[in-house]
Amino acid sequence: MNGVVGRVAWKVVIAAIVVYLLAPTLVVVLFSFYPSAYLKFPPQGFTLKWYGPHLLDYPSLTTAMENSLIVAFAATVGSVVLGTLVGLALGKYRFRGLGTANLVQFAAISAPDIVLASSLLAFFVTLRVPLGLPTIIVAHIMFCLSFVAVTVRARVLTLDRSLEEAARDLGAGPWATFRLVTLPLIFPGVLAGALLAFAISIDDFVVTSFVSGSTQTFPLWIWSATRNGLPPQVDVLGTLIFVGGLLIAGGSALFGRRGTR
Amino acid sequence: MEQQERDGVTTRLPEPAALADTSAEVPEKHLVPVFDAKSVSIFYGSFRAVTDVSLTIYEHEITAFIGSSGSGKSTVLRAFNRMNDLVPIAHMDGEIDYRGVSLYGPDVSPVAVRRRIGMVFQKPNPFPKSIYENVAYGPRINGIRKKSHLDEIVESSLQKAALWDEVKDRLNKSGLGLSGGQAQRLCIARTLAVEPDVVLMDEPCSALDPIATGRIEDLMHEIKSQYTIVIVTHNMQQATRVSDRTAFFSVLRNEKPGGNDTRTGVLVEYGTTQQIFEDPHDSRTQAYVTGRIG
Repeated sequence: MNGVVGRVAWKVVIAAIVVYLLAPTLVVVLFSFYPSAYLKFPPQGFTLKWYGPHLLDYPSLTTAMENSLIVAFAATVGSVVLGTLVGLALGKYRFRGLGTANLVQFAAISAPDIVLASSLLAFFVTLRVPLGLPTIIVAHIMFCLSFVAVTVRARVLTLDRSLEEAARDLGAGPWATFRLVTLPLIFPGVLAGALLAFAISIDDFVVTSFVSGSTQTFPLWIWSATRNGLPPQVDVLGTLIFVGGLLIAGGSALFGRRGTR
Repeated sequence: MEQQERDGVTTRLPEPAALADTSAEVPEKHLVPVFDAKSVSIFYGSFRAVTDVSLTIYEHEITAFIGSSGSGKSTVLRAFNRMNDLVPIAHMDGEIDYRGVSLYGPDVSPVAVRRRIGMVFQKPNPFPKSIYENVAYGPRINGIRKKSHLDEIVESSLQKAALWDEVKDRLNKSGLGLSGGQAQRLCIARTLAVEPDVVLMDEPCSALDPIATGRIEDLMHEIKSQYTIVIVTHNMQQATRVSDRTAFFSVLRNEKPGGNDTRTGVLVEYGTTQQIFEDPHDSRTQAYVTGRIG
């Protein structure tokens, strides 16, 4: 009897946690199908019209979304390339300053966004760099890089070094060894880092707001629109980003499972 | 760039066949020297891992390196295919000739050296790929693309490594699914697939059970007629079972005034395996082969 009660209570707790995690996202998804342009709870009716041509009703929102995607892709590519190199160096080699370099990685991750944001702004202003997309991208690469480096480094530490030696022994040069042996082995780490970088970049608000100048990104547009109420297009775009994220995460999980076979 | 470097060097390293004609010049009859190490010392940073090693390795023989840990035998082995080059702080004094050409000469590329001088590692380390791809990896790297040619190489290499019958029906299964002994034979097949002249083995059986060890030793005997083999082993019985010649390495401790002890590996004695084990000239060799020191 006691056992049954305990099990039921346990399930209720788990359900509550799941609801707590997903409810805000589900509200956004729900509102994206809501016919009226103004939020009213509970929602009445169902429509797909915001997923059609009406999605582009606000040109400034469309531009902001484009900017966010450009920034996220550029930041992902940039931070994956640089972060993988950093992660390899930190994982493979023993050198003077290794401890410091590791510390700097974690400092960059744990430093509050607002500190990074203000120092980056000061940096760009001092160098008289005009603020805009390029400065946003540079800033995003900077704070995504450490995440990639850390995930890649963790993977590199598990690498059997004799595999690289075996490849070298068969006549592979350094580049062929990296491409055919090292990279496939550390790829799960690189992929995890890339997903993390994309996710962090696309919704960044604090740093972007400091270094964007007059350029708008999706989070910045939402922030400036909250005063007048959010149009359903925001819910639609939010839902699309969410679904895209789910697909990528699901795909990488599948890929990871296949990769371990 | 790499391709150029490779081709240039491949022509510089003499072919084994070409050298057979000059065998009349070598001092001992029918013994063709493959490696000639002259006063080799190897350093890792300021640490002198091994000091003043001179020895000659002969063609179609199995040469065993024995000795305690830290005596530098693996370090010397890795000098023979320039694997130490991959360690940034390593450097070497002295000279190693491979078939009359300086292995560390300015025009010799380590890539070409390693292709000619293959290596089997302590722990079986198949690539996380299929059995087929493991063996085909080397030939592919070296530019062989044709499927039928690759098939041929894969089969003959697995045959030589005495693994073909066990894996011929599952060539597309992962090499990681094999037992330790099979995986090590797969690694040997992978090395043989690039048609090396020399096979260096760094304690190839230390992770294997006695039966798997026996199979590797049989295999060494079978391929000996086509290759020159150098094996590092901790197992003295293995040295007596498989090798023609044995080099005994030991640790030399230098007690310096001021308490700064340094230690380094040295080659104590080198001779036929029979002589080393039955009639050792050096008291240290005798102590080691009779099991009195570790």
